[in-house]
Amino acid sequence: MELVLDILSWAAIVGGLFFMVVGAVGVLRMPDVYTRLHAAGMTDTMGAGLILIGLTLQAGPTLVAVRLMLVWAFLLFTNPISTHALARAALSGGVRPFRVDMKGEQP
Amino acid sequence: MEDRVILRVGAKILIPHILLFALYVQFHGDYGPGGGFQAGVIFASAFILYALIFGLADAKRVLPLRFASFCAALGVVMFAGVGVATLLMGGVFLEYGVLRHDPEHGQHLGILLVELGVFTTVFGSMVAIFYSFAGRRKGRS
Repeated sequence: MELVLDILSWAAIVGGLFFMVVGAVGVLRMPDVYTRLHAAGMTDTMGAGLILIGLTLQAGPTLVAVRLMLVWAFLLFTNPISTHALARAALSGGVRPFRVDMKGEQP
Repeated sequence: MEDRVILRVGAKILIPHILLFALYVQFHGDYGPGGGFQAGVIFASAFILYALIFGLADAKRVLPLRFASFCAALGVVMFAGVGVATLLMGGVFLEYGVLRHDPEHGQHLGILLVELGVFTTVFGSMVAIFYSFAGRRKGRS
């Protein structure tokens, strides 16, 4: 039982780290605001979410696990809202979405 | 303004929890990380979020600038008042032990009151600072 929990939690933590790295690469390499926001948003929902799930499995049935799950729920709730607000602000600020055929006139 | 449904609904759900968490940080500060300063900042951030989403005019109707300034002053009075009370009861400034017959209870009470003063001051001044920056117009000092 202990072993299964360990394997599950480490799989979740490593998966979360993978999404964190992918998100960081995406923020660096993507061409414009919206695609970068997509990468950054994934960092929080998938990366932090999986890491928190893994840590919860490590914590076992304690009060710490409840708090970690609360943090997770909070992240799941706030991160899409903040990403949405940023994308809206960029759109109303006049940033055009990137397209392949308008590569030259990208601001 | 009209179509920001997601932001408004999200803020409506978040603000009560932010307020509750601020109170948790305030009253759990005796046993764990936290205390008056952090709680005041979190409490103020709920009102700042409200002002960001619903506009400064609505926020000022909820929490007028006069009341924020009053809070900022009241907290200092509370903090200093505890100190003066300990002076009058025969201790040195902010020696909480003399507040009650049992010094341990006195220290509990004193720290609670002083943290409450810090909370009120930080909350009031954060909101007042935000109001005075957010209310500035371009070209007006």
